Amino acid sequence: MSAEPRVLRTDAETALIAAYEGARDTLPGNAEVQGLRAEAFARFRASGLPHRRVEEWKYTDLRALLREVPPLAARLSEKDAAAALALAPDRLGGLERYRLILVDGHFMPGLSDLGPLLLEGVEVEGAGLLFASQSAGKVVMTLPDIARTDAAVSLNTALAGDGVAIVVRPGVQLSRPLEILHVSTGVEASAFTRDALIVGAGAALRVVEVHVGRDGVIGHANSLAYVDVGADARLDWSKLQAAGDRASHLGSLVATVGAGARFNHLTVTAGASLSRSQSFVTIAGEGAEINLNGATMIGGDQHADVTLVLNHAKPGSRSRVLFKNVADGSADGVFQGKIIVAQEAQKTDGKMMAKQLLLSDDAAFVSKPELEIYADDVQCGHGSTSGRIDEAMLFYFLSRGIPRPDAERLLLQAFLADAVEAIGDEEVGAALEGVIEDWLSRRAPAEKAQ
Amino acid sequence: MPAVRETVDTVRKIDVDQYKYGFVTDIASEKAPKGLSEDVVRFISEKKGEPDWMLEWRLDAYRRWLTQHEPTWARVSYPKIDFQDIYYYSAPTHTPGPKSLDEVDPELLRTYEKLGIPLREREILAGVEGSRVAVDAVFDSVSVVTTFKDELKKAGVLFMSMSEAIREHPDLVRRYLGSVVPVTDNFYATLNSAVFSDGSFVYVPEGVRCPMELSTYFRINERKTGQFERTLIIADKGAYVSYLEGCTAPMRDENQLHAAVVELVALEDAEIKYSTVQNWYPGDKSGKGGVYNFVTKRGLCAGARSKISWTQVETGSAITWKYPSCILRGDDSVGEFYSIAVSNGYQQVDSGTKMRHLGKNTKSRIISKGIAAGHSNNTYRGLVTANRRATGARNYTNCDSLLIGDLCGAHTIPYIESYNRTAVFEHEATTSKIAEDQLFYCKSRGLSDEEAVALIVNGFVRDVLQQLPMEFAVEAQKLISVSLEGSVG
Repeated sequence: MSAEPRVLRTDAETALIAAYEGARDTLPGNAEVQGLRAEAFARFRASGLPHRRVEEWKYTDLRALLREVPPLAARLSEKDAAAALALAPDRLGGLERYRLILVDGHFMPGLSDLGPLLLEGVEVEGAGLLFASQSAGKVVMTLPDIARTDAAVSLNTALAGDGVAIVVRPGVQLSRPLEILHVSTGVEASAFTRDALIVGAGAALRVVEVHVGRDGVIGHANSLAYVDVGADARLDWSKLQAAGDRASHLGSLVATVGAGARFNHLTVTAGASLSRSQSFVTIAGEGAEINLNGATMIGGDQHADVTLVLNHAKPGSRSRVLFKNVADGSADGVFQGKIIVAQEAQKTDGKMMAKQLLLSDDAAFVSKPELEIYADDVQCGHGSTSGRIDEAMLFYFLSRGIPRPDAERLLLQAFLADAVEAIGDEEVGAALEGVIEDWLSRRAPAEKAQ
Repeated sequence: MPAVRETVDTVRKIDVDQYKYGFVTDIASEKAPKGLSEDVVRFISEKKGEPDWMLEWRLDAYRRWLTQHEPTWARVSYPKIDFQDIYYYSAPTHTPGPKSLDEVDPELLRTYEKLGIPLREREILAGVEGSRVAVDAVFDSVSVVTTFKDELKKAGVLFMSMSEAIREHPDLVRRYLGSVVPVTDNFYATLNSAVFSDGSFVYVPEGVRCPMELSTYFRINERKTGQFERTLIIADKGAYVSYLEGCTAPMRDENQLHAAVVELVALEDAEIKYSTVQNWYPGDKSGKGGVYNFVTKRGLCAGARSKISWTQVETGSAITWKYPSCILRGDDSVGEFYSIAVSNGYQQVDSGTKMRHLGKNTKSRIISKGIAAGHSNNTYRGLVTANRRATGARNYTNCDSLLIGDLCGAHTIPYIESYNRTAVFEHEATTSKIAEDQLFYCKSRGLSDEEAVALIVNGFVRDVLQQLPMEFAVEAQKLISVSLEGSVG
């Protein structure tokens, strides 16, 4: 049981404690924020990294999987940051967008498109200022109950040193997608970031959150995005996790969606040796509409976890969740999705679907969709399937002279693209489908014929 | 319509507070001292005249239990149980292994009469034409009488109390006891291993199809007595057995702990069908009292082409914590789980199943129907897993929940673990309330609210009811309606 006294700390736990103790006095924030940091870290100190007996982390045992947490990354000069950025691959290809750049967890205003954004009614500043501000600092550090005490969130609260804070004025319709790019450079370092996005009533924008890093470098990133979608606003948020192949990535989204608002979220997971992308979404107003989608493509010895908690707290909202996941090599995939419907949230309509394909004998995928329902006048359901590529479909292709590897690629492309198409944004969708194609073309030769 | 008419009549007759089976039988009983210690374990073993190996087995379990902690992961909440405030053994007196009904305490027979158990053979024959049920009745902790023994003997089927089996067939018991649910499996199973008082033992020899449905009625009676049954059913190669378990318990103010262990072993080509109707006292209208039901049930499909099928109708108990499971070790083996869980009042149910696919081409099917009403919480928790060697594993899971009223909760928590790409798993779950148009349709044809709900709910659970042996299906249908009484209007 978790109440047992624990004496032994893993290397990662020791490193995290050292990181906090070393940075405690220099982390930004007013007294209240520092208090919240101390409280969050005390939670971590007491329970350590989550392990398989912690229900929410059952399948991603950080105590066993998170081997190393390098020291906190230093801020690069703007010149060095620009050089590092130039080396980082552009995973969104030719997508026209505004960019906000974070290098090793530090916001680089000089490299970001602040001017044009401001002209369109979007204010951006470093999160350091946000943590220091009297009221907002407390809000973005306290977080709703469903997220606050989570292990990765607590660590982020304790250690987040920078990030971007974005305020979209009511009614603004941003013309281009906004990319929030997290780049990790070649150094072995950790980055703890907290971004905040406040979308004013009736505003609409598209955000693409991208995480990239160099292969072969041990890095650790713990990022959290705090999102508040105002009434009748619309936010399409896509996340691309393409971290380096030896990196560990813990990413959290904590979103509150207002009345009549529409929030679409897409998570594309391809990188990192160990990753967890978790979303905590609270529907705080009547008649909101939520779409949470995702595509996970993993191989080698990757471990990727996608966890969702969708809390319908107000009546009359509609949610749709669709995840398409493939695992190759000896990869381990995890999908956990929980729909909560509060007693007040009558007339909720919630559907969740997760489909997994295993491409090799050593790959594994675990799926845990959950319903937690306290209101009676609801329509909720979930489904989950797992299996391999349908032999009948392959046979159809083969009988028409299409070689097996091509047939598999086409089928997988169609399978994964489903989740991307669900966001209904052609420009961003095309860029992300490019990422899928890229992964498929790099994939090791197809499975052996039966 | 007569079935509906009948259920509605039953509903009218019985109120939640006037729990039909909530009476206390007043007969002398012999108890172990309150609390649990090595001495109590020795006392139980001695009382039952067990051989040394059995005592050692119990003591080992007790020592291991001391190092274990109560599980806290289930979605149930209750005041902490003081395990030293419970009697671990109580036996009705005057039971030196009666040979016929005449030797049985008449008070006991009257109790069974009130429960409607067909203890006498003629009653059984008069029950449903053509069907015969053998009853190994468990009164508190000791098997009192076994009927139909002779006929079963002719077929070579061993059906007796666990105590008898330990005496008469020690080899079989030693070989299989704890082979499916290991001594240290979980907190409550370990506790059971240390202090189990009695239960049923069934062995069906090779190639034998058990000539009748076997049945046990459990009953918790003595004040503050935990009941710890141990059931072991073995179907040898090519054998078939269908086993029915039904339970009632008298009304109590204090919570009663029940931690049973059921082990099933199916060898090559064997089939075991295990059906349960559970309607223990669920507590009164305000949630006071009621039975704590923490049960470990597991079946092992040990041989190729073996099959184990669990069917359960859960309407009683204040708290249910129960996951009848199948370990599909034999190639081409099949596991099935059909469940109806009804919760009303302040009941809490956390129940489901586990299907562990280990052999090749194993199949499993899960159909779960949860109905939550009143202030209750009803959780389905199920695990489906295929290990790396389980090529061709196949699972289909369907969990539907129905909510009646806005103060209850229905939850679905499946764990689907696929470690083999040739495994095909499908899972679907829905949660909704009774559709207004369905209710309107029924009412427009002259049914009252309660009749309409009874009709719709019985339709909702039909898939599972059909899996029950006929004797149980009727009882189960009544029970479901009775359990939902007071939830509408």
